[in-house]
Amino acid sequence: MSESEKPLKAELTVEYPFTRTTGKVIGAFMTGLREKRLFGIKRSDGSVLVPPLEYDPITSEPLTEMVEVSQSGVVETWTWIDPPRPQSPWDAPHALTLIRLDGSDTSMLHAVLAGSPSEMRTGMRVSAKWKEERVGHITDLEGFIPETKEVDS
Amino acid sequence: MTDPNSPPASLSEDVKIPESISGLEPVRSVRSPIKLVYDFVPSPPVQEYLRSYSKKKILGHRSPVDGAVFVPPRGVDPRHGVLIEESVELSDRGHVGNFCVTHLPIPGRDDLDIPYVSAWIHLDGANVGFLGLVAGCENDEVHIGMRVQAVWKKEEELGNTAENILYWKPTGEPSVPVEKAGNRAWDQPNE
Repeated sequence: MSESEKPLKAELTVEYPFTRTTGKVIGAFMTGLREKRLFGIKRSDGSVLVPPLEYDPITSEPLTEMVEVSQSGVVETWTWIDPPRPQSPWDAPHALTLIRLDGSDTSMLHAVLAGSPSEMRTGMRVSAKWKEERVGHITDLEGFIPETKEVDS
Repeated sequence: MTDPNSPPASLSEDVKIPESISGLEPVRSVRSPIKLVYDFVPSPPVQEYLRSYSKKKILGHRSPVDGAVFVPPRGVDPRHGVLIEESVELSDRGHVGNFCVTHLPIPGRDDLDIPYVSAWIHLDGANVGFLGLVAGCENDEVHIGMRVQAVWKKEEELGNTAENILYWKPTGEPSVPVEKAGNRAWDQPNE
C-alpha cells in the first residue's frame, strides 16, 4: 500500500470553556470547600446528602437546611487508576472512590491518595486533604488519605 | 401530589447557610471546562473527497434514486437509505443559500475577524449546501442567491483537510432568485 493510499487520520479536539453558575446550595458547598469545610443538606426525614442537592431526589421538595459534616469517612467502593488519563486532576496513580463522610447518608466521589492498591480496601477510613490555595472548586480537595489507625465502626 | 400547572418551587427558596460561612463572599460560579481529544478516521468516500479536495476538486455523490447530488459525499442517500457509488465533480462556483452574520468571537478561532459571514454555499450541480465563509465584499452586501466562487489556499498550503477554501467571494453574476436559491427549489430539477 503506497503512502498516499494509507487511510487518512487526524487528531481532533472538542473543547468547551464552560463556566457554570452554582445557585445558593451548590454555591454554599463550594464556599465551604474554599474554607476547608464540608457541607451537606438535610432531607425532611433527617438524612443528609453530601454533596448537597437543591431538591429532594425522591420527593422533589426544595431542600434548604445545610449542615456541616465530618472531614473523615468510610470508603464504600473503589477502583485503582493507573495511569490517570491526561486530563485527570491527579497525575499519580490513585483510587477513585465513593466516600461516605461521617454525618452523611450518601457517598461522594473523590480520590484516595494511596501509594498502591494494596493499601486500599472497602470499609477503610479516610480523611480530607486540602490544597494550600483554594478557589471554591471541588479540586480544592486534593483528595482523601488513609487514616493510619483503623477505627471500629 | 403537586398541581402540575403550578409554577415550580422558586429558586429563591430561602436556603439556611451555615453560620461559619454565612458572612463570606459566596461562590457564585465554577469553571468546568470539558475537552475531548480523539482520532478521526474519515469514511472511504470522505477519504476520496479529501484527497481530491487537496487538488482543488470538489467531489459529490449522485443518488441512484433521483439523481440528487450530495456534497461532501457520504456514501449513502440519507433520505432513502441506499448506497451511493457514483461520484461527480462539482464546480467551485455556486450561490448563497442561507447565511449568518456573527458578531461574537469563537474561543480558539482568533483567525476570524468579527463580524464575519458564514453561509450555506449551494454549488452548481449540488442539491445540498456546503458550509463556508463569505468575504471579498461588505457584510451587508451578502444576500440569499448571491453568486460566489471559491478562493483557494495557495498550492503549497493545500492538504487533505476541510480548510482548503479560505472563503467564497462574489462573482458579480446576476443573483439566483430567492425562491430558487438554496433548498427552496429542492423539488425542481437541476437546470
